[in-house]
Amino acid sequence: MAVSRRGFMATAATAPVLMRASEALAQGVAPRRGGTLQMMLTPEPPVLQIGVNQQGPTLAAAPKMFQGLLTFSSTLEPMPLLARSWTISPDGKEYVFNLQQGVKWHDGQPFTAEDVVFSIMKFHMELAPRARAIFQLIETCEARDPHTVRIVLKQPFQPFLLMFDATAAAMVPKHLFDGRDYRTAPAVQRPVGTGPFKFTEWQRGNFIRLDRNEEYWKPGQPYLDTIIYRIIPDSQSRRLAVESGQVLLSQASDIEPFDIPALRQRQNLEVNTNGWEYFSPLSWIELNHRVKPLDDARVRRAMSMAIDRNFIVNRLWFGVGKPATNPVASTTRFHDSSARLAAFNVAEANRILDQAGYPRNAQGVRFTLKHMALPYGEIWTRLSEYLRQAMRNVGIAFDMESTDAGSWARRVGNWEYETTINFVYQFGDPTLGVERTYVSTNIQRVTFTNTGGYANPQVDALFQRARASAAAAERQAAFSEVQKLLVEEVPQIWLMELAFPTIHDRRVRNVITTGLGVHTSFDDVFIAG
Amino acid sequence: MSDFWRRYRRNRGAVVGLVILALVFALAGLAPLLFPGSPWDMATAPFVPPGEEGMLLGSDSLGRDVAAGIAHGARISLMVGAVSTVAALSIGVTLGAFAGYLGGVADDAVMRFTEFFQTIPSFVFAILLVAIFTPTISSVVFAIAVVSWPPVARVVRAEFLSLRNREFVQAAEVLGKSRISIVLTDILPNALSPIVVLSSLMVASAILLESALSFLGLGDPNLMTWGFLIGAGRSVIRLAWWMSVFPGIAIFLTVLALNLVGEGLSDALNPRLARQRGGAA
Repeated sequence: MAVSRRGFMATAATAPVLMRASEALAQGVAPRRGGTLQMMLTPEPPVLQIGVNQQGPTLAAAPKMFQGLLTFSSTLEPMPLLARSWTISPDGKEYVFNLQQGVKWHDGQPFTAEDVVFSIMKFHMELAPRARAIFQLIETCEARDPHTVRIVLKQPFQPFLLMFDATAAAMVPKHLFDGRDYRTAPAVQRPVGTGPFKFTEWQRGNFIRLDRNEEYWKPGQPYLDTIIYRIIPDSQSRRLAVESGQVLLSQASDIEPFDIPALRQRQNLEVNTNGWEYFSPLSWIELNHRVKPLDDARVRRAMSMAIDRNFIVNRLWFGVGKPATNPVASTTRFHDSSARLAAFNVAEANRILDQAGYPRNAQGVRFTLKHMALPYGEIWTRLSEYLRQAMRNVGIAFDMESTDAGSWARRVGNWEYETTINFVYQFGDPTLGVERTYVSTNIQRVTFTNTGGYANPQVDALFQRARASAAAAERQAAFSEVQKLLVEEVPQIWLMELAFPTIHDRRVRNVITTGLGVHTSFDDVFIAG
Repeated sequence: MSDFWRRYRRNRGAVVGLVILALVFALAGLAPLLFPGSPWDMATAPFVPPGEEGMLLGSDSLGRDVAAGIAHGARISLMVGAVSTVAALSIGVTLGAFAGYLGGVADDAVMRFTEFFQTIPSFVFAILLVAIFTPTISSVVFAIAVVSWPPVARVVRAEFLSLRNREFVQAAEVLGKSRISIVLTDILPNALSPIVVLSSLMVASAILLESALSFLGLGDPNLMTWGFLIGAGRSVIRLAWWMSVFPGIAIFLTVLALNLVGEGLSDALNPRLARQRGGAA
């Protein structure tokens, strides 16, 4: 296994470059130097220093300036970035990264292995909870020479490489941060990275300007002269900016789903929902298993069968996204497409509930559950309204509650809800982004843990087996088994694999080339003439 | 009574208002018959334009019948308008009567208290109250009542101030009637006409307030209201104009009707005022 993996990695270094060159040729367009790419950033981030801030807008903009050791293809295979190549020992504990030669920070200092060790062991270890949880598995992390980093883990951890993307662990300059308070160091306000674009100007509430890094380590790149992020708070103004061509690219939640159909009609625009494979957000009805009868798997199964997921995707999200099939999104590694939720079938759902001993009363209601809508915007309210009607068809009354975003997080974190809507990033691997919702060891009074309180020793054991194993085949077996088990148990009622549209002018090329989509360096993006 | 009706009839706008209001009441009363089932039911495909597939006023983003929403929404809107007005009147009349009749320190105390409420922008205050008590129908009614009583208190106080020194009140006092009895049987009936006029306008503004709260997503999420319909239609207005336009017309007509009726009542209850205005026009 380890040998074949190494073999793949040796070829990985050249493959993406070839692919892109041939892609450009196929379109009949050679990359063109020059031009300004206007985009939007919504909402405006407080700082652009990745690590200090890890919210969506920062994760999208910062990788233009900061890079990770690796990046990931749309099938989540690692691709070289600041690491030219890497090897993994057969026992899955030792990782050796060989760094690119001649890489410089924006201030002219050379980028070395010392920066890598600092970024991993100090910077992200202190600032990022998600990185800390995984980097704690590191026994030693050392610079063998200025261009080689060796990491030894306490135990094998197969998804380890997924932590080396810029959004998870970007490389930051040791000489500007070491010995200072990372959150208040001067470099936080004027970011210094190794990326293809340098920070130039930020007029708060107006725009952020990044200019071409003339000394970028990839010869001839980047192609663009300037990237400008406009800050436009109103969603209809953002739509107009895209329609009028003031901005050439919109990303993430810049554009509301209900504006998508009109933008799809425009000949000069391309609407793309790829490029979120690394994050793969999955939405579900979050059930509190402490509330009867939600502890009954038959009830949860029937509720799941009462929902027409195609209606949700096509009518509410206007086709942006996919119906969920099981707890692991289809774009996350180890997804098993043979484990599928029971299909939409109202009659069968009613039969299950009748047999389970929940008869309808005179009003046709079997039982009433409170349902707290997700306060993230109108579309989530519409979703809850749809679900109320869907549940009504099988005799379950949803009593709606509304809250604000702060109260929602507090109430979910304190288990003070009966049902609500939730969505969570999967970060490429079930151990990183799926396990946390279902294992009983993670039942915590914290949002995005197993707040539902589902506990099943079999599920715990399978996730543990997958976590501890270094062999992909063994992990796949455990994950397949747990997916089959979970689609029968339906601990949470999965609804949809969310996607966020990237809408851009057709002249802008190479926008989405990896599983991280717009969260990449854009060093190969160009504007065709 | 026939005299009252004759004076009311003289204001043609008021008659039109009354007819519209009667139609709205009829719509609300007949909603369960005209549109059986819940207004939340998904009756057809989403975004069906008005007049197609049996949807008189089109369907919304989930395929719900907009006409059914308006009919069922009328019940909630009228109910909220009526209940919150009654609640506001009971607070306002009590405090106003108390201040106006007793005068002195009591008057000062009550009026400072009232001014305190008047200085807070009423809509912002209503949003705050609903947000604190979580949006339900009772918290919405409560919030509307709390922000709309101060004008009532001031009007009632002014009436009481001018009436309490009239001869008939003095006569009642000399006769040894209790204060409560004087307030309820002698002064209040004579102060009734401005209160009636004011309350018809208050119903209108309560309906507007409720719609505005629902528009912002602060309505009761389990009840269909006009404001909710507009709020839900706002974001897709370029795709489905009918989702916001028809409920908007319903609110416009109802509020207009209530204002016209209020004016008619004012004419009928203050004949001298009406004649002066008629002469001037």
